[in-house]
Amino acid sequence: MQCEFCQSREATIHLTEITDGVRTETHMCEQCAQEQGVGSKNYIPLNEFLNNLLAAGPKEEEAAMPGESEGPVCPRCGWTLDKLQEKGVLGCPYDYEAFEQQLKPLIKKAHDGAVAHCGKIPTRTPKDSKREIEITQIRRQLDEAVRNEDYELAAKLRDKLAGK
Amino acid sequence: MKLTDISGGINEWFSGEGPLGDVVISSRVRLARNVAGYKFLAACTAAEKAEILKKLKDVVMGLDFQGDEVFYIGIDKAPILEKRFLVERHLISQHHAFGRGPRGAVIARREFFTAMINEEDHLRLQVLKSGCQLPACIEQIDRIDNAIEEKIEYAFSPQYGYLTACPTNLGTGARVSVMLHLPALKITGQIEKFLNAAKSLGLAVRGLFGEGTDAAGDFYQLSNQVTLGVREKEIAERFEKTIIPEIVEFEHSARKRLLAKEPSVLDDKISRALALLKSAHLISSQEAMFLLSHIRLGLNMHEHQGASTPAIDRLCSLGHDGGSVSEHCRLSIATVNRLFLLTLPAHLQLNYGKELDSTHRDALRAQIIRAALNG
Repeated sequence: MQCEFCQSREATIHLTEITDGVRTETHMCEQCAQEQGVGSKNYIPLNEFLNNLLAAGPKEEEAAMPGESEGPVCPRCGWTLDKLQEKGVLGCPYDYEAFEQQLKPLIKKAHDGAVAHCGKIPTRTPKDSKREIEITQIRRQLDEAVRNEDYELAAKLRDKLAGK
Repeated sequence: MKLTDISGGINEWFSGEGPLGDVVISSRVRLARNVAGYKFLAACTAAEKAEILKKLKDVVMGLDFQGDEVFYIGIDKAPILEKRFLVERHLISQHHAFGRGPRGAVIARREFFTAMINEEDHLRLQVLKSGCQLPACIEQIDRIDNAIEEKIEYAFSPQYGYLTACPTNLGTGARVSVMLHLPALKITGQIEKFLNAAKSLGLAVRGLFGEGTDAAGDFYQLSNQVTLGVREKEIAERFEKTIIPEIVEFEHSARKRLLAKEPSVLDDKISRALALLKSAHLISSQEAMFLLSHIRLGLNMHEHQGASTPAIDRLCSLGHDGGSVSEHCRLSIATVNRLFLLTLPAHLQLNYGKELDSTHRDALRAQIIRAALNG
């Protein structure tokens, strides 16, 4: 099938749109799809990403009350969400607690739904925290094993979890 | 140590000798770390930044690199040409080169390791290897990271892992990336397919010099975006076992298709590149990379696919006195890789010993390439 835009290359992207119950189909090649903005960009600039996510917060309401508190402020470094939006970075490690409510959706979106660490643990981490992280990691492996219908592995992981 | 000690040569990661080296130029792993008890850099005063710099510099310089020499460069005080050279060499990021405040870099003489101090995070560790070697990169960077951690406490949370200035690096703080050379996909018009596939796998694609740079010379840098909820080894394994083999296969079949179905297209690209590079007296960096890419393609197709076409044979007989084409080309892939690096603007100027305007750079670049190709 030929691309409807350039009329020369082969159409490899087939877009179906339903508007007011009317179904339309568009067939295009990869290059024209890119030019038409079908699909998202390869790389979303960080500021754009942060702005999109943080803009969904209750900013308008706050703006209507000048002089009032403009959202949370980190008690350790004085950082605000506006500063995060402006600079694209946080002020200190404690910001992750201070702005947890606002950051969580952003973290989830940036990391494909994940909100918990799974990976290297510093050797000097206290035993309790280490255990907590290990349990999270095994739970995640267990979920994956069940999803893959690998019940033998799932049983092993369940036993491992019970031993923690 | 002076940078001119390394600027005339090629670094290990660009030697082209690593596994799958005809497509995968290099493998890199970066870790983002911050020192516990300090604010992130954006909220630090210059004095606090200087304190972090001193602390981390002392620790990293004091590590045992098992005989490998390391040296330190104060990036904030370095001349602009040296900073540009380090970026071209992939030893520091653009962000680090042109950032603000006290900052530095500890670099291994053999260039496999860099620690950027006070980049976006307090510490950005980097291990680079030639070809497809991600597990080895992970293993080495993990050892270095552990050794640092014995001396310094990192900002870490059981919930979120290693805490980073930007939430997009949170968790493992690990960015795994590979530099790929994909000329045949470009020539056969399939590069968009590769870009779309990478996007659908949640990977970022950048040019040779990272964020915001184009894919000059058909080099593409592919890296993970997700750093939380996945283990370092899993990220590397996904690249090594799934992503890279598929891309390599994709590029190889494009090369085979060119050879079988469109040998004249391939020969035209190689012959034009050779003719221009052998005779041009002024050549821009962009044009040189574009043309060298086709030379590299021809040489790799000869060496890895045993390809023989009139243009490839001519390329391989460069420097021979009309004799038969030897099994090993006189013009080697290592020479072409060397030309890619040495003709970059900062490399040219650093090796020449002074700053040059663009016309002089273009003339010097053309002269170096002509000398290498004409023997």
